[in-house]
Amino acid sequence: MKKTSVVRKIFKPGFLPRFFVKGGALITLAVILTIVIYILVNGIPNLNSKLFAWEYNSENVSMMPAIVNTVAMVVVTLLMSVPIGIGAAVYMVEYVKKGSKLAKIIKLATQTLAGVPSIVYGLFGALFFVKYLSLQLSILSGCLTLGIMILPIVMETTEEALRMVPVSYKEGSLALGATRVQTIFKVMLRPATPGILSAVIIAVGRIVGESAALVFTAGTIAKPMASMLNSGRSLSVHMYVLSGEGLYIKQTYATATVLMLLVLILNGISSLIARKLEKNTTTEE
Amino acid sequence: MANNKITIKDTELYYSDFHALKNINMDIVENEITAFIGPSGCGKSTLLKSLNRMNDLVEGCKITGDIRLDGEDIYGDMDINMLRKRVGMVFQRPNPFPMSVYDNIAYGPRTHGIKSRIALDEIVENSLRGAAAWDDFKDRLKQSALGLSGGQQQRLCIARAIAVEPEVLLMDEPTSALDPISTGKIEELVQELKDKYTVVIVTHNMQQAARISDVTAFFLLGELIEKGKTDQIFSVPQDKRTEDYITGRFG
Repeated sequence: MKKTSVVRKIFKPGFLPRFFVKGGALITLAVILTIVIYILVNGIPNLNSKLFAWEYNSENVSMMPAIVNTVAMVVVTLLMSVPIGIGAAVYMVEYVKKGSKLAKIIKLATQTLAGVPSIVYGLFGALFFVKYLSLQLSILSGCLTLGIMILPIVMETTEEALRMVPVSYKEGSLALGATRVQTIFKVMLRPATPGILSAVIIAVGRIVGESAALVFTAGTIAKPMASMLNSGRSLSVHMYVLSGEGLYIKQTYATATVLMLLVLILNGISSLIARKLEKNTTTEE
Repeated sequence: MANNKITIKDTELYYSDFHALKNINMDIVENEITAFIGPSGCGKSTLLKSLNRMNDLVEGCKITGDIRLDGEDIYGDMDINMLRKRVGMVFQRPNPFPMSVYDNIAYGPRTHGIKSRIALDEIVENSLRGAAAWDDFKDRLKQSALGLSGGQQQRLCIARAIAVEPEVLLMDEPTSALDPISTGKIEELVQELKDKYTVVIVTHNMQQAARISDVTAFFLLGELIEKGKTDQIFSVPQDKRTEDYITGRFG
């Protein structure tokens, strides 16, 4: 009796698709929760003030220099990459002729760039910025490398966001005698801003999480940067180095906790801005 | 009195291979309401959009002939942004920008360099009064324009268009997305506008053309079939095809 009802339930139309999509969602959630909880459980008990000392030494393995460097890298990389990415997207949406060769080449290039593994960016950065341009192992070399890495994300997402802006805004603006540049800045980029910010969130995640591309370009010196031309390690690189030495596993977990929090805070700030802007552009009342 | 504001001569227009306007010749008289009527795809909107060069946005659009505003060739040396400032446009679907009522109306003047808050306040008020919308809007200038009803949005768009002090107002089926009451208000407004502006209105609605326009032009398959005083067109049309259309035999 019981068995037949289970069978009947399984063969009810819509049960299997529902089972699989719900299952997929639950597995995703479970994986994320497991990682987060695991890191918190191992990390929080190991947090202590020594880990936040300004000066790093092999005694305290402070992550403070790495935090400073990470934040600096995020800011500098975004400042370099976001304007270029937005510019490129505006060009692709507004200026280039549909189906032109140049547009196709740019598209192909960005799609290829987006798929390149980060270690390849690291090697390129090491050869080009560090050696060829003689920038040495420095925060600047690191930021330039990261900048190239996030460019496709910023550009593609902005492009999509711009294409979502209703054509009627653009027509309305042009019909009032506004120039193309005024139209782009005043009525097209503004509604696209939430989309652009979500690109920035993804980009921040990649910058903060990157280690392979930075080891060869920004180096591993554990000092807060004094200038852009100093070598300095980011939090991820710091973790990589610590865990590689095998002596500081506890401190590595504590660092991971802080790294996670940092990502969370940066994402929170971005989505807060995004929501604020969205409110301003689409409120009903 | 009967000044020709716009003159259109031997105008042909192609969208890639499609011949959308065929040898159009007509004059549009200052401070009159000219209505373009005709079935869908007859070229009436296309001609309207040629008058402020909005067709330039359409890829593959090619236009030949001679269109002049106060005797100046609009496809010649005239600055396109100046042309569009002088020849304003109201679209079929209300298209307010995603910003406040005030900013919507101030948008045009601001892009043309007016920055003073006092001057902008005055323009906003005058434009809304001009669009017979001041009483409705004066308490909600700070509200987002996207929250307004369709009819209110369209009046806002008219106010926005007259805020840059155009000489000609092009209206592309401005009431086709609106309910009858809003439509009535817009029609009333259009008739008031002709004192100050030259109005060209495209409409699907023949009663509307008959009610509000001074001159009516009937288009069919890209050709201008007949143009004349509105009461004559609707009572004694010269062309058989015009008669068929206005009596509802096709279209």
